[in-house]
Amino acid sequence: MTSMPKPFIDKHLPKNKLGLSVRNYEGVMSTLCAGCGHDSVTAALVQAFWELDLAPESAAKVSGIGCSSKTTAYFMGQSHGINCVHGRMPSVATGANAVNGKLHYIGISGDGDSLSIGFGQFAHAIRRNLNMLYVLENNGVYGLTKGQFSASADYGSKSKKGVPNEQTPIDPCVQALTLGAGFVARAFSGDKSQLVPLIKAGLMHKGFALIDVISPCVTFNDHAGSTKSYAHTYKYYHPLVHTDFVAHAEEITGEYADDGAMRVTMHDGGELLLRKTDSDYDPRDRAQAIETLMLGGSDGEIRTGLLYLNEDMADMHAANRLPDAPLNTLPYDQLNPGAGALAALQKRYR
Amino acid sequence: MKDVVETPGEVRVNDFVIKIGNVNGTGSASANGLLMKAIFRMGVPVVGKNLFPSNIQGLPTWYEIRITRDSYFARSGTADFVVAMNAETYARDLAEVSPGGFLLYDSTWPRPDLHGRTDITAIGVPLARMCNEQFDNARTRVLMKNMAYVGAVAGLTGIDVEVIRGLVTEMFGTKAHLIDANMKAIELGLNYVREHYPDPLPLRVEAMDGTAGHILIDGNTAAALGCVYAGATFGAWYPITPSTSLMDGFKSFCEKFRVDKDTGEKKFCIIQAEDELASIGMAIGAGWNGARAFTPTSGPGISLMSEFIGFAYYGEVPVVLFDVQRAGPSTGLPTRTQQCDLTLAAYASHGDTKHILVFPANPKECFEMAVQSFDLAERFQTPVFFMTDLDIGMNDWMIPELTWDDSYQPDRGKVLGKDELEAIEKFYRYEDRDGDAIPYRTLPGVHPKGAYFTRGSGHNWKGGYTEDSDEYKEVLDRLTQKWKNAAAAVPAPVIIKCGKPARRAIVSVGGCDGAVREAMDRMAADGVHLDYLRVRGFPFSQEVDDFIAGYDEVFVVEQNRDAQLRTLLINETSADKTRLIPVLDYAGMAANPKFIVEGITAHLEIVGDAA
Repeated sequence: MTSMPKPFIDKHLPKNKLGLSVRNYEGVMSTLCAGCGHDSVTAALVQAFWELDLAPESAAKVSGIGCSSKTTAYFMGQSHGINCVHGRMPSVATGANAVNGKLHYIGISGDGDSLSIGFGQFAHAIRRNLNMLYVLENNGVYGLTKGQFSASADYGSKSKKGVPNEQTPIDPCVQALTLGAGFVARAFSGDKSQLVPLIKAGLMHKGFALIDVISPCVTFNDHAGSTKSYAHTYKYYHPLVHTDFVAHAEEITGEYADDGAMRVTMHDGGELLLRKTDSDYDPRDRAQAIETLMLGGSDGEIRTGLLYLNEDMADMHAANRLPDAPLNTLPYDQLNPGAGALAALQKRYR
Repeated sequence: MKDVVETPGEVRVNDFVIKIGNVNGTGSASANGLLMKAIFRMGVPVVGKNLFPSNIQGLPTWYEIRITRDSYFARSGTADFVVAMNAETYARDLAEVSPGGFLLYDSTWPRPDLHGRTDITAIGVPLARMCNEQFDNARTRVLMKNMAYVGAVAGLTGIDVEVIRGLVTEMFGTKAHLIDANMKAIELGLNYVREHYPDPLPLRVEAMDGTAGHILIDGNTAAALGCVYAGATFGAWYPITPSTSLMDGFKSFCEKFRVDKDTGEKKFCIIQAEDELASIGMAIGAGWNGARAFTPTSGPGISLMSEFIGFAYYGEVPVVLFDVQRAGPSTGLPTRTQQCDLTLAAYASHGDTKHILVFPANPKECFEMAVQSFDLAERFQTPVFFMTDLDIGMNDWMIPELTWDDSYQPDRGKVLGKDELEAIEKFYRYEDRDGDAIPYRTLPGVHPKGAYFTRGSGHNWKGGYTEDSDEYKEVLDRLTQKWKNAAAAVPAPVIIKCGKPARRAIVSVGGCDGAVREAMDRMAADGVHLDYLRVRGFPFSQEVDDFIAGYDEVFVVEQNRDAQLRTLLINETSADKTRLIPVLDYAGMAANPKFIVEGITAHLEIVGDAA
C-alpha cells in the first residue's frame, strides 16, 4: 500500500489568525487500528497547533520506530518530518535543533521506543535540556510485533493471553524528574480537554517538555487485567493539576485571575494558569512530584496534569552559547577564516 | 659491547633513525617532539612515529625519529640509535639496534644486561643521578631526565642546541623558570657527553635546506582544520582513540576563529554525545536541517553507527564520517594503526548500501579531502566516509604548507529555497528532475510547499510511504546510479610511472604511500620496475579499472589481514582477481617498505620471474 492523502474540504470550518483551518494541520490518513489512542493524540496536536496560530512550516516532527512513531505522518503534512531509527529520535532532534533553534520540535515516541533502546537518548536529551516537546504515547505494549510487554508495563499487568508481567515498570515521568526535566506532564489520550492545553504549554516551554500520554492499544492491551486499557485508565485517572494555556494576545479575564490559579509566563509566549485539584500539590516542587508519583503508584491511581514546571533552566542553545541566527543560515564567509589566517596559523607548525 | 666510541665506521649524515624507549606518562612525548622539531628546524626532513600503549601511565612507549635527507616519508623499520630509558624493555631495545649502531642508556645504575651485544656501541649517561642532584621534587626529576637525554642526543649527533633553546622558549613562553629548568636539564646531558664522548658519532645531523615551505602536523589536526574551512558548523562525537584529537582540533580552531569577541556567541556547535549511536544521529539531524555536519570516530564507532548510516543513505541525508582506523577486530589494538575498515565502510549498514569513501594519505590530503568530503556529501546527499588511520591521524608528518584558495565556494548541492518553492507547482523529494539521479531537497522552516517526510521505510519518488515493488525498486535503482555517478567526482587516483617498461604494478591506498614509494626505489635499484596507482576515492573511477588492465599482475598493498582493498577492487572493477596479488601488513605499526619489498620479492621468486 502507499500513503493516502485525506480529502480536503474546509470551506465551512473556522480559520485561525493565519487563515488556516484545522484541516491545514492534518497529515495523511492514519493506518493505525480503529480506536487507537495515538490517533486521539494526533488530533490533539492538530488542535493545539491550529489554536496557537503557528505556521505549519515552523514545526519539525521527529520520531523513531513503532506505532507511535508512525503518527508524525498523520499530522501537519506541511511540516518537515523525519522518522528515523528505533529509539534514536532524540539524537536527530538534538542535531536538528542545534543548527536551527527557531523551529518547534515535536518528538513523538512510544514506551517501546523511549524506554528500551531509546532510554539512553531520552535521558541525555533531558540532561541537555533540548528545547522540544517530547510526546511519549504510552500503551505498555509492542503493537507492531503483536503484543509483547514493553518496559512501561506495570508489574502484574496481564497480556492478552492472560500472562502477568513480572518485571518492574519504568515510569518515564519519574525518570524525567530525576534527570532534571523542566516540564513533566502526564495525560490520557481519552481526555482531549486536558491534553490540548498541555501540548500548547509544552510547545511554549523553552526546554525539554515531556508529556507521557497513556494511550491505550485497542488490539493488544485493552483487555481485563491490563493496567493500560481504556477501562482501567478511565477508572483510575486522577488529574492533579488543571492546566489552561492562554496565548499572549488574549486578555486574561477575571474568571482566571480570581480563582487562585497559579500564573506562569512562558518564555516562548503565552501564559499558563495552573489550578490545583489536590489541595497540597505544588507543581514547582520537584521532590514532591517524585514522591507523589512513586508513592502514588501503590493505590493504582494515574496522576495526571502538569506535574512539574521549571521555566528558569538554560536550554541547550544557551548552554552552547549559540547565536540567535541559526547555524544553518550563517553565510560561508562568516565561517571560513580565509587564506591569510591559514598562513598565519601555520607558524606554530614550523 | 664497547663502552666508548671507537673509530667511527661509515659516517651517515642526515640519514638514520633515533628510537627512544620510555615509560608512558613520564612526559617523554614533549621531549621527543622537541628533538624531532629541532632537527626539522635545522632544515632536515624527518619522519616521527609515536608507538604508544593503550594506557595512561606506566606501560612502555617508543618514539621513532627518522632523519631522512631524501625526504622519504615512511618508517624505515630500523633503529640506528636507541635511547633506552625503560628498564622493562632494555632487552628488546638492545636487540633492535642495527648492527654497528648505538645505544644510549642511563648509567646511574649498572646495566650488565646491556652487555649482550658486541656489534654495537653503548653510551652510558647518568641521567637520573644528574637530575636527582640538580632538581628537587620527584616529578620534576622524572620530567627532566627526559630533557637530559635530549641534550645528550643533541651533543652526540650534532643537533643545534640553539635551535633547541629557541623551541623551549616558544614552548614555555613567558614562564622563564620553566625555560631555565628545561635548558638546565638539556645542558646536563649535553655537557656530560661533550666531556665523556668528545668524538662525534658517525650518525650526524647537519643543517640543510630540506624543509623550507613545510610544516609538521598530524592528520587529525589537519582534518579538523579542513572542517573549519569547509564551513562545517556542527560536530557530534563520542571520545574514542585515535579520533579524539580531531574534535579537540576542531574545537580549538573554532574557538580561535568562530567566537564573537563581543557577545561570546559561537558560530559552531560541538556536542559530546552519550555514545556513537547518538553522535551519528545528531550529525544526521544537523545535516538534514541544512548544516555541514560531521562525526569523528574509529572502527568500533562505525559498527555502532551502522543502522543510522543506512538510514542516511536511504533517506539521502548528507553527513561526513571521519573514520580514524585502528587495529581490530573488536576492541583490538586501540593505539595501533590499520586500514581495516575499508569493506565495513564501503557497505556499512544492512540491506543494499554502498557509500562514498575518500582516502587521504597524509595530513595535507586530510585538510583538502575534509573539504571535499563535505562537498561530496551535500552534492550527493549521502554519508561520506573519510578513511584515515592512527598513523596519519596522530603522528606528526612533514608536509608542504597548507594553502587555501579564497575563491572556493562550498558545493551545497541541490537545495530549493523559498522563492524556488514558491515558483514550482509541487515538490517531490525524490524526483530525478535533472536525470542525474540526484533529487532536490528542502530544509525545514523555509516553505510549507517544501515539506516532506524523511523515512527509512520504503518510499516512492514522491517521498510517500510505499510497499509497492516497482515504486520501491525505482528509488533503489536511482540510488545505485547516484553512487556510480560519484566515481567521477571523488578524488582522482594518483599514478606514478617508474619510467621503464613495467609488466607489474602496485595499487595501494592511504598511509601506505610513503612505504610504497620507497619500496619502488629499493626494488628499482635491484632491477624490478613497477608502476603505482594510489586510489583516493570510492567508488573507483574508470582510471583505476584501466590502470589495472594494463599489467600482467598488480600487487595490492594494504594494511589489513583480509586484503580488503583487493576485495573492493574485485567487487567494483572488472579486474581479474587472479592477477591481483595481495601484499599485506597487519602488525599494527606504521607502514615501512620492508613488508612490500619482501612480499613482492617472495611472489616473484615463486613465479620465477624477477622482471
